[in-house]
Amino acid sequence: MRSVIFRTFAPFITALMVLFSIFVLLRGHNEPGGGFIGGLVGASALAIYGISAGVGPARRALKAHPMSIAAFGLLLAAVSGVLSLFTGQAFMTSQWAAVEVFGVTVDLSTPLFFDIGVYLVVVGAIGSIALALEERESD
Amino acid sequence: MTPAAPDMTILAVLAPFAAAAIAPFAVRILKHNAAWPLALVPFLIFAHFAGFVSGVSQGQTFTVAREWVPAYGVNLSFYIDGLSTLFALLISGIGTFIILYAGGYLKGHPQQGRFLSFLFLFMGAMLGLVTADNLITLFIFWELTSITSFLLIGFDHLRAASRRAALQALLVTGGGGLALLAGFLLIIQITGEIEMSKVLASGDVLRGSALYLPVFLLVLGGAFTKSAQFPFHFWLPNAMEAPTPVSAFLHSATMVKAGVYLLMRVHPVLGGTDIWMTVLPLFGGVTLLVGTLLAVRQTDLKLMLAYTTVASLGLLVMLTGTSNEKALEGAVLYLFAHSLFKGALFMVAGTIDHEAGTRDVTKLGGLRKAMPITFAAAALAGLSMAGLPPFIGFIAKEVLYYGTWGLPQGAMLLTVVAVIGNALMLVIAAAVAIKPFFGPETHTPKHAHEGPVLLWAGPVVLSLTGLAAAMMAHTTGELFIGPMLSSLKGTPATVELHLIPGYISAPLILSIITVALGIVLFLQLDRLRGIIASILAAIGWGPDRGFDQVVAAIVWISAVVTRLLQGGKMQTYMVLTFAVTGIALLLPPYLTGSFPAIPEWPQFRFYEWAVIAIAVMGLGAVLVAKTRLTAIVSLGIQGFAVATLFLLFGAPDLSFTQFMIETLSVVVLALVMTRLNLSPRDHRPLGAKLVTGVVAASVGAGLALALMAVTQTPFDGRLSEFFSQYSRAIAHGRNIVNVIIVDFRGFDTLGEIAVVVLTGLAVLGLVRIQTKPDSGNAANKANKTAAKAARKPVEAR
Repeated sequence: MRSVIFRTFAPFITALMVLFSIFVLLRGHNEPGGGFIGGLVGASALAIYGISAGVGPARRALKAHPMSIAAFGLLLAAVSGVLSLFTGQAFMTSQWAAVEVFGVTVDLSTPLFFDIGVYLVVVGAIGSIALALEERESD
Repeated sequence: MTPAAPDMTILAVLAPFAAAAIAPFAVRILKHNAAWPLALVPFLIFAHFAGFVSGVSQGQTFTVAREWVPAYGVNLSFYIDGLSTLFALLISGIGTFIILYAGGYLKGHPQQGRFLSFLFLFMGAMLGLVTADNLITLFIFWELTSITSFLLIGFDHLRAASRRAALQALLVTGGGGLALLAGFLLIIQITGEIEMSKVLASGDVLRGSALYLPVFLLVLGGAFTKSAQFPFHFWLPNAMEAPTPVSAFLHSATMVKAGVYLLMRVHPVLGGTDIWMTVLPLFGGVTLLVGTLLAVRQTDLKLMLAYTTVASLGLLVMLTGTSNEKALEGAVLYLFAHSLFKGALFMVAGTIDHEAGTRDVTKLGGLRKAMPITFAAAALAGLSMAGLPPFIGFIAKEVLYYGTWGLPQGAMLLTVVAVIGNALMLVIAAAVAIKPFFGPETHTPKHAHEGPVLLWAGPVVLSLTGLAAAMMAHTTGELFIGPMLSSLKGTPATVELHLIPGYISAPLILSIITVALGIVLFLQLDRLRGIIASILAAIGWGPDRGFDQVVAAIVWISAVVTRLLQGGKMQTYMVLTFAVTGIALLLPPYLTGSFPAIPEWPQFRFYEWAVIAIAVMGLGAVLVAKTRLTAIVSLGIQGFAVATLFLLFGAPDLSFTQFMIETLSVVVLALVMTRLNLSPRDHRPLGAKLVTGVVAASVGAGLALALMAVTQTPFDGRLSEFFSQYSRAIAHGRNIVNVIIVDFRGFDTLGEIAVVVLTGLAVLGLVRIQTKPDSGNAANKANKTAAKAARKPVEAR
């Protein structure tokens, strides 16, 4: 992309979109949002960064291969379902725990981790497709 | 002897699987010495089954069962009678020494743990096969033996010959296994019983059934492939690519006998009919002759033994096919004797190969000084194989001659076949067990010396057992042969065995003829070998090559079908997929005449109308767009408008997702376009455009009709009620959509994200496909290929 404006603003847009995607992911249980939507936002962020800065920098910024991120997400989602087996309940029965962090009560639950898994799968898989398509043979 | 404990049988059958799991770790810690503790497993199994001997010999049978898949009547049930006891004892007894032998034979091999593991897996499968009562369970164990045999034959997987032999064995025995499954299902259908012990009581029903012939042929298909009967015999000699412990265990003593076991097992219910007494002796006899003649042709020790195994299996099938009590007794005895001497001889052949570096009988000689213990074991086993007294092989031969001689019909023919076969067997026995040890010492690749105890323990014990069984002929007959014969006949039978024939009778004279004929042929061995070789060269075609031709034909047919169905043109795929969807949507309402009623003109607000108008304009823009890129972006207009509609009608989550999906699909489509170097404009002729247009319109119309039909059916609100009632109460979430996705329907989501990951991998693979540029070409031409490949992306594969 040759547009200077786009290239200048893309990093900021990307950063904002990633933040927003995490926000959407975490609010999902009570407000519109969730892992799937958040993941799509995240993947778009990745695609924009790839278009503006090139695929190489985008991959370097990610550290891990996007497909590994997706695979990890799948694992996380599956493992979050296994947890209930240890309490003698059926697979994927949700488990809840309230944790005090700096005086604030945070509800942790297996559906939350499951949703994070969904988020990672979508970011990884869609982002991986987008980056692969953006990659030029010259790269 | 330990007392009988039927309840432990399930543990005994499953124990080898547990041993398979720990074998690699044991080998890592103890190196090859792990064979000693590991051999305890089959030894304990042997002790367990030995506990049944006294009960079984008094005519008792034992059954034990645990539910497995009760919905389909599949149980882990086991049936212990004379037949299964003797087989289980042979498997675990010989298995004990095979494990020891494998410890010595593959000493220092990097994959020894895996090898022992495979051997144990096989042992478990085989034990299950011979003891299983439930027909489906039996079939599963049957296929397990095929699979483990595949793994063992292909153990040396870096060699192409091993891989081919493994695949061949799997295809032949696995194909037979499918026939067997069909046969079993028919048996279950006819008798209404799924347990073998109960099926055995319905012999008259089965024999009288109109489906007797199919059942017979299908069961035979399973048995003949497994037991390498002509013309399926070719996989067995090829299976000699496996390491020798495998050959000794699977391909002589146990697995190949599974087919014979099956025939003996079903003999009370399927045997005794005309077709049984015609087909089995015919194929068995042919296999016997072909096997022995091909064995004489070979010079490789293992191949000679392999072909005699084929021959022995033929002999067993022939005898089982006579349905004559005395001949059946001969079959049982011969099976017992064969397992002992052939297992021992295979191990001897392996030891010679291991210590002298060659298995070629023409290069071996004078080994008796270097390898005295091995020689002793070979001699004992060889004499039993040759059918000489005082070994169990002699008694077996006497009894089977007695059986064939006394047949009401075909006695002469079968006896002649048996005599020729046994004479040639004697030739091979002499060539394998005697020749390498006598004569002048030859120069072998390795300096020959006696192997370690792990290598000679097995052959010595097995061949001595053959001797002891003959010495105590009376006990052998009473404890083992009699009960097994009872299982074959289906009625109690007693067996009186004598080592020394009481009087001069036909069998004894036949034995003498056999030995004389054998000695004459042995002296002429080289000429005989030459004659058979020239005959084979004249024929020039065998089932082995036939197998290759069949495989090649299957590959060719599948290639043709694939080319037909998978043309590789994306456009064709898309048009077909959408056309089928359109037909599926439109045809049912057309046929039943149940088109939904036209809904009333809706009362929308003006801004809602405005959004709908934008969607329609977006569609129009797609149609009139000059370039493809414009069309793709215009498609986004329509998508965004629909997403706005979702938002207006109170589905924020759906709308949000729709916005993201629309954005991403525009981005991805645009990227795909540039990636594939598609021409900016659509250059297809009008006709092609019309076709796709019609398809697109019909899918759209069909979907619209379907949606209308759905909204016109009365709404069942139970699920919505459930979700809205409980999403806050039990799932602690106010966003019902998200709670459904991650909690109520979490399992669906798990499947869906797995699909997303797989799709991602598949797309990644497709994108990565590069056309191979022709070597030494100018960039100009490479560009052209790229453009061509771009037009047919899938074809680039």
